[in-house]
Amino acid sequence: IGILSTSGGKQLATLTVDPNSTLKELKTQVHRLKSHLYPDRQEFRQEPRGKGLDENKTVAALGLKDQSKLYLKDLGPQIAWKTVFLTEYAGPLFVYAWIYTRPWLFYGEDATSQPMSQVAHIAVICWVFHYGKRILETLFVHRFSHATMPVRNLFRNCAYYWIFAAYVAYHINHPLYTAPCQIQSYIALGFWTVCELGNFSIHWLLRNLRPPGSKERKIPRPTKDPLTLLFNLVSCPNYTYEVGGWIAFTAMTQCIPAGLFAFAGFYQMAIWAIGKHRAYKKDFKDYPRGRKAIIPFVL
Amino acid sequence: MSTPKKAPRILSLPAKVYLVLYNVIQFLGWSFIQYKMIDHFTNKGLKVTGLWEQVEIPLLIFQSAAVFEIVHSATGIIPSNVGITFAQVFSRVFLLWPILYKVTETRDQFGFPLLLAAWTITEILRYLYYTLNLLSTVPAIVQWCRYSFFIILYPIGITGELISCYCALPHYSTTQDFSTLLPNKWNFTFSFYYYIILVMLAYIPVFPQLYGHMFLQRKKILGSKKHD
Repeated sequence: IGILSTSGGKQLATLTVDPNSTLKELKTQVHRLKSHLYPDRQEFRQEPRGKGLDENKTVAALGLKDQSKLYLKDLGPQIAWKTVFLTEYAGPLFVYAWIYTRPWLFYGEDATSQPMSQVAHIAVICWVFHYGKRILETLFVHRFSHATMPVRNLFRNCAYYWIFAAYVAYHINHPLYTAPCQIQSYIALGFWTVCELGNFSIHWLLRNLRPPGSKERKIPRPTKDPLTLLFNLVSCPNYTYEVGGWIAFTAMTQCIPAGLFAFAGFYQMAIWAIGKHRAYKKDFKDYPRGRKAIIPFVL
Repeated sequence: MSTPKKAPRILSLPAKVYLVLYNVIQFLGWSFIQYKMIDHFTNKGLKVTGLWEQVEIPLLIFQSAAVFEIVHSATGIIPSNVGITFAQVFSRVFLLWPILYKVTETRDQFGFPLLLAAWTITEILRYLYYTLNLLSTVPAIVQWCRYSFFIILYPIGITGELISCYCALPHYSTTQDFSTLLPNKWNFTFSFYYYIILVMLAYIPVFPQLYGHMFLQRKKILGSKKHD
């Protein structure tokens, strides 16, 4: 089988393979020939601009014969998802916590001596808890379907998370920050707590939906946990809860920058939710019809 | 400014007439600004003072009118990408109103004639090219100029623009115009001073991309000997 590059159509290698070998094994062979192309960096296609092929499929299953050609796309340097998430989430946690101490760099020398509202103290706890939870979930809860992603994304994502964290933190921890009335903050805090628990419940459910080591996909349905009832209304209640949490955080702090962050997050998660929702509907003929993607009854 | 046409575009007659009119009017407007500029330097020598007063009104009118081009690209009567058109018009309008118009100190500094020279020559060429293109009669020399002059005009223009932005900073630092500070009920801040700095920094990634894009266009259009 001839292996051609997707850029330029150059012949990269010719492999001799067993018809029952999977593409995964082919990748290992290519890696032996080209040491910089580790398997996670390779994507096989039947056409230069075609869809990536599932590496678990066998040569025979794809109808490849002697002298057949396969295209190989170099996905660029890869980084493990886990590494990505840990970097993306540790950043905002430490950045916010640091700004909470009112460093002179942002606020001048006199800032630390000035009083801080109760809400600002509560906000840092919420923020640190939220990202701490995310880190723990990345380490112990989530099961990832892809092992890696391109390194390029890491810089872009980190910039987004870290800069936004600084932007929000700067305002809430500012000596001239104005807290809203206490009742508003406490109600919002309650709502935030429910959303955090809800978000975790969904992550836990999704983890248990997929047996360890498998890439199997099943329709998620509510369990005994009442917070999972949201699955009756949306395909991605984890995103719904996440957005809810940030709206609550915004209401608790009455801070437009936090609102902008909530909106940006909502925008991105809505895109992901719609994609996942479509994928579910495509993969499962019996997918529940009352469900929306992220906002019950609406979107 | 626009990407080359991928396939011959079929424009309705009213759209075509409108675009020809628009481009002709812009061509005349910018030629007039150019004339005023040359007139100023011929009579006053190399002094910047007074140049703004000579060109102010037509410059404000014709450069601001470029906003229409965003609508043109959004409605599809010109083949440009809306995002790129928006970015380019925005950068001009940003220089024009909050910098040159608002901050009078920027009118006496060296960056102003630099950007004005770049803008006028570029726009005269660009609108001439568009007009002739709509009438399907672009002489090779015009095409060559349009896709070659940018090589020096872009760097000259952005130098002028960056210098002018820098000159406007002290004004915004002192007056805090267009800015919102703490404390306020919504805990929101916006500093136009830092916003200008952000825009200046944005030139670093954006300029090479636009410059590179123009070189690609040049290669595509001048590289093949065909006329569009």
